[in-house]
Amino acid sequence: MNEILQESVYFGFFLALGTYWIGLGIQKRFPYTLCNPLLISTVLCMVILLTFQIDYESFDAGASHISYFLTPCTVCLAIPMYRQVKILKKNLAAILISIVSGCLAAALSIWGLCALFGLDGSVYHSLQPKSVTTAIAIGVSEELGGSGALTIMAVVVTGMFGGIMARVLCRLFHIKDPIAVGLACGNAAHAMGTSKALEFGELEGAMSSLAVVVAGIATVILAPLFAGWIA
Amino acid sequence: MDTIKYLKQLTIIMAVSFVGEFLNQVLPLPVPGSVYGLVLMFLLLMTKRIKLPQVEDVGDFLIKMMPVLFIGPSVSLITVAGGLADRLVPILAVCIISTMVVMAVTGLTAQAVLRQKTGRKDKTHE
Repeated sequence: MNEILQESVYFGFFLALGTYWIGLGIQKRFPYTLCNPLLISTVLCMVILLTFQIDYESFDAGASHISYFLTPCTVCLAIPMYRQVKILKKNLAAILISIVSGCLAAALSIWGLCALFGLDGSVYHSLQPKSVTTAIAIGVSEELGGSGALTIMAVVVTGMFGGIMARVLCRLFHIKDPIAVGLACGNAAHAMGTSKALEFGELEGAMSSLAVVVAGIATVILAPLFAGWIA
Repeated sequence: MDTIKYLKQLTIIMAVSFVGEFLNQVLPLPVPGSVYGLVLMFLLLMTKRIKLPQVEDVGDFLIKMMPVLFIGPSVSLITVAGGLADRLVPILAVCIISTMVVMAVTGLTAQAVLRQKTGRKDKTHE
């Protein structure tokens, strides 16, 4: 069974796309943060691989081809950023200062917590870029020597927690200004924070999606500075 | 003919991606090629060397399909899960606590900067 599947590039391809399709359908019926299509698709793929005792390699033989689109997809993030260039220019100081502070807070808190829990260097490097959008996080993690799989898990956990808790946390920290709310959601919880921010309002959503890209670029610059702190 | 339109858009996006990867190979900085490409695309749009209608159809499609790219790497967790089981709780704790810290710091800093800005405006109006 494994040999036949490994021969075919399309098995992994089909499984990834098919399960994602199911995930989108479920999200449409139940629009909650936990019904994230990526999470549903990942769980379904894992269940299918484990149930039918299919090797991960057989799946990856096809699924890995999809990843070739990672760079072009990231390049395209410039398009939504360009569409919001007016808001970007108008609030440049607030955006840059808050996002750089947020990214520094992320780097320091992740370093502090990893040191506290005695996590090793490869886990630390995988967690470092976890607040930014997956495409950029994977790139940073690989440049630093982390594990892409762990980075994705951390990014998804962060996004889900941030998305679900956004309203509660903003109230708790007295973040009321719509621009500040949007920036906080985007910087802390990337795309999932943005979809939550869009529920708050259009301005919040625009600021959040802007924060995702700016935070990604800021993290690319800042993360390597902290990389050597845990070997 | 739409085929040519989409082909052109995809070609531009691939060309920028290629230049991004090329810069990653040539420059000695730990910046992923994709981010060089992102910045380059943004600069090209800002300087109007590339206009939005020349990339946006294919671009928006690629962005919408992006989560699909992460299924493979996410599923690969089953190959490393065994080695991580004992560290799962601290890893989750790092994710959750630092997310709260980032949200608080970003939001409160933004709010402080914005208040200062409006404060200054009020003074000039007086």
